[in-house]
Amino acid sequence: MDKFENRKFVIYGIMVLIGLIFIGRLFYIQVIDDSYKLSAENQALVHTTLYPSRGVIYDRNGEVIVYNQASYDLMVIPKQVDKDLDTLKFCGVLGISKDDFIKKMEKCRRYSRYRASAFEKQITDENWVSISGKLFQYPGFFGQKRTLRKYALPVAAQVLGFVGEASRDNINKDAFYRPGDYLGISGLETWYEKNLRGKRGVKVYKRDVHNRIMGSYREGKLDTLPVAGENLVSTLDLYLQEYGEKLMANKRGSIVAIEPESGEILALVSSPNYDPNMLVGRARSKNYSALASNDSLNPLFNRAINAVYRPGSIFKLVQGLIGLQTHVINLNTRILCKRSIIKCHGTHTNDNLFGAIQHSCNPYFREVYRRLIQGGEFSNIYDDSRYGLGVWRDYVTSFGLGVRLPTDISGVSKGFVPDVAFYNKWYGDGGWAFSTIYSNSIGEGEMGVTPLQMANLAAILGNRGYYYTPHFIKSIGDKGPREEYLKRNYTHIDSSYFYVVIDALAAVVNETGGTARRARMDSIIICGKTGTVQNPTTPDHSVFMAFAPKDNPKIAIAVYVEEAGFGGTWAAPISSLMIEKYLTGEIKRPAKEQRILDANFLIPVKKSNESH
Amino acid sequence: MSRIKKSIFTNVDWPVVGMYLLLVLMGWLNIYATLYNEDHTSLFDFSQRHGKQLMWIGISIVVALVIALVDSRLFETFAYVFYGIGMFFLIAVLVGGNEIKGARSWFVIGGVSFQPSETAKYVTALAVAYYLSRPGVKIGNIKPKLIMFLMIALPGILIALQPDPGSTLVYLAFIFVLYREGMSGNIMIVGLVMVMLFIVTLFAKQSSVMMPFVDVEMNGKYVLISFLVLITGGLYLLLKNLNKNIWKAFAVGLLIMVGTVLSVDYVFDNIFKDRHRNRVNELVGIISDPRGTGYNQHQSKIAIGSGGFWGKGYLDGTQTKYNFVPEQSTDFIYCTVGEEWGFIGSSFVIITFLTLIGRLIFLAERQRSKFSRVYGYSVASILFVHFMINIGMTIGLAPVIGIPLPFFSYGGTSLLSFSILLFTFVKLDSDRKHLLS
Ligand SMILES: [Zn+2]
Repeated sequence: MDKFENRKFVIYGIMVLIGLIFIGRLFYIQVIDDSYKLSAENQALVHTTLYPSRGVIYDRNGEVIVYNQASYDLMVIPKQVDKDLDTLKFCGVLGISKDDFIKKMEKCRRYSRYRASAFEKQITDENWVSISGKLFQYPGFFGQKRTLRKYALPVAAQVLGFVGEASRDNINKDAFYRPGDYLGISGLETWYEKNLRGKRGVKVYKRDVHNRIMGSYREGKLDTLPVAGENLVSTLDLYLQEYGEKLMANKRGSIVAIEPESGEILALVSSPNYDPNMLVGRARSKNYSALASNDSLNPLFNRAINAVYRPGSIFKLVQGLIGLQTHVINLNTRILCKRSIIKCHGTHTNDNLFGAIQHSCNPYFREVYRRLIQGGEFSNIYDDSRYGLGVWRDYVTSFGLGVRLPTDISGVSKGFVPDVAFYNKWYGDGGWAFSTIYSNSIGEGEMGVTPLQMANLAAILGNRGYYYTPHFIKSIGDKGPREEYLKRNYTHIDSSYFYVVIDALAAVVNETGGTARRARMDSIIICGKTGTVQNPTTPDHSVFMAFAPKDNPKIAIAVYVEEAGFGGTWAAPISSLMIEKYLTGEIKRPAKEQRILDANFLIPVKKSNESH
Repeated sequence: MSRIKKSIFTNVDWPVVGMYLLLVLMGWLNIYATLYNEDHTSLFDFSQRHGKQLMWIGISIVVALVIALVDSRLFETFAYVFYGIGMFFLIAVLVGGNEIKGARSWFVIGGVSFQPSETAKYVTALAVAYYLSRPGVKIGNIKPKLIMFLMIALPGILIALQPDPGSTLVYLAFIFVLYREGMSGNIMIVGLVMVMLFIVTLFAKQSSVMMPFVDVEMNGKYVLISFLVLITGGLYLLLKNLNKNIWKAFAVGLLIMVGTVLSVDYVFDNIFKDRHRNRVNELVGIISDPRGTGYNQHQSKIAIGSGGFWGKGYLDGTQTKYNFVPEQSTDFIYCTVGEEWGFIGSSFVIITFLTLIGRLIFLAERQRSKFSRVYGYSVASILFVHFMINIGMTIGLAPVIGIPLPFFSYGGTSLLSFSILLFTFVKLDSDRKHLLS
């Protein structure tokens, strides 16, 4: 129509071009580039963690051992903190110094200026009441509810373990954890971490540009509730545990008490110990360093499962049982007490097994061991010993010795039962025979046993030949008995062979002149055996192992008191008191108890001549 | 008029009306979304912006019906009168207007506010159409050019004095109209070169160059001028044999370029206020300060970018609520579309706008009356410039210039003015058979 009409195509072209540029740009920022989505999330949404409460631990009678108390972390978003904040007044509210304030603020700022981090952690409920009331004056600060562990009684610290903040390492290893999470660091807290920890919840809030919360995001469709951790029912008897710790005060050593018919650990004391409340809350890291650097007492060390001692005379019981089972002796076999090679005590001369146990006759068990190790299977004594040691060791390990008991706590030691490889390495293959290793016969030499294994040995004797894995937790939540702890572990010894040993143990405690008379009770027949671990320069360790009553025993126990001397003097009466406490519920022998409570073996003593 | 009584809806272009209603509806839904919260869920709460906007939509539709009833020759007849009234209000607002956010752009009378710059676009479009459709007016001549320029520049300058430089920019829309009506295309090329030089100058003046041989430091803009002189001179020497008069073109070209560089510097440093300067600097990337100067645009991009392909869902946006994006129901309304309706929804809005504008150009071309054609082009161009600057701003392709997205943005005067602008053309188009040039 007119000559400029075609110019409409130029105009159309420009519009289409702009349209394409805009759509291309939109495609880039909406579909290709993710950074805007992240910015939006960070800006407009607040993810609040809802921390679950950690599982509670009960004792065998339903008493609470560990529970939770509310605490608060004071969180801060550095960007939102008032620039004209009255620092001194704020420090006054919190009870911290200005230097502290600057240091903490710097740390939070380094983490992130826009994200919340903990300014002050684990403020107790009581302190929080006064702080939270004033918090509205300080924008950027808010509280985050947490929980802290609390202990009904200040006992069983090494068994329960403690809870601490997840380290970088924990977070890298397990994606479950995030900075600021708590987890079990030792003891049952760490072994049952997955049960106790529960599941975090999250609540997503929308916020406005002034960081005011504007209600839940998408009507809470993304929110989850926290799931509390599972409660644990422990095998411990809280009051027996408390009593054991009381008896062991001022002593170095341990007590392990097990219920033979179930393998349930009734008490596990390691002394010196500490108050578990020390490793809770704000003071934890300071107290932990103090405990960890205490070399002389080493209260963090759990001797009951981790300290390895030579078994001493108590091991003679195992030797006797293996001898009976392998028929190298029978009940009537008598062996001369020849004290030329190995010394002995007392007036006996030619005991059978019962007498030999009662008198703890060294030559007797040396001879039994010789028959076991060098029994004449091979004409060459070296070949014969190599064979004999292997057979013997199989029997010994069936008692749970030299193997790691699968008890539900970390740090359980295997103890040590020497094997062929061990001696070959030491003396060379063919370089050793019975005469080289005979001191094992009386529990000296290279043998090593933990107090836990010793108590388990007492349970085996009480059960006449088998044990359940000693354990601390009998039920997770209310699921009831646990499969893995219902299995009987049989020794390779027929139960009929145990009776003579048990009679002898009863005699040791109950007959006039028995080595463990101090363990005797009028009402209950205790079967036990003293042991003495000899030390080169310091007094011997006093050891006693027992179970009671003689028939259908309810408690098996091992007591170690380091550098206290003869086993019958200290370990035996402690065992007896523990048994009395557990079986009767009260102590009717206050003098005996007072003697133990007064004893202090933490003061270094020179070795006396008393030995056994 | 035909003797046969006909409906006012005869010959109305329904696609345009349909797209108008679609845009207004989408705009209203998004205004509702920006203000939506659990406490105010009522659609018809007239204390809220979405309620007021609904009222303005109603008023606009009534006004559109009134326009349909009037005689379409009226617009042509009273074009200059309207223009005069429009200019009067622009002057009046400078004298007696209410100052809001540092600009005298508003009359506020009894709670109702009125923005004369919104209606000025309409009356200017009418006046330009009227002038160009006078017999004997040839755009190639000097006098019409000058009158044309003054007619468009007058409202532009008055608005710039408010100051509202963003709304002044809208008058660039008439370049499309004049181009269509025969003005040399060079003006568009010159405009493009000027914009490019403007940006290059901004960068050049940031740096300085140590001149070789003479130990003098020289500001980048003078280096730029030297380059322009050298290149133009060189080209002239190469091409001077082609045409004897070519030196004139080169001289004018060089003068414009050097003038641009020097004036850019002057305008930028002396006329622009800090916020204008910062917006331009932020856009071209000379400064980057997402929490300060660039905050609006940064937030706008976050909102749109976070929408993803499908969007977060209607009313489920997080950025376009709670004031992360400022002016979220007015100038930045497109962010809500981007966030809640995603790439799909945002593209749909762009396509709808361009389809509407394309349709208007198509309608303009079928007019027999020159007045109607020029007016139609003016409407299409004004809508296009608003569209281009507003959306370009929200997605970070244009500086932050506060002008509304037509039919979408919250604002009574704006919606009403755009509706009048559009429906006047719809009316002219429906009467096209009776309007002859
Ligand atoms: Zn003897």
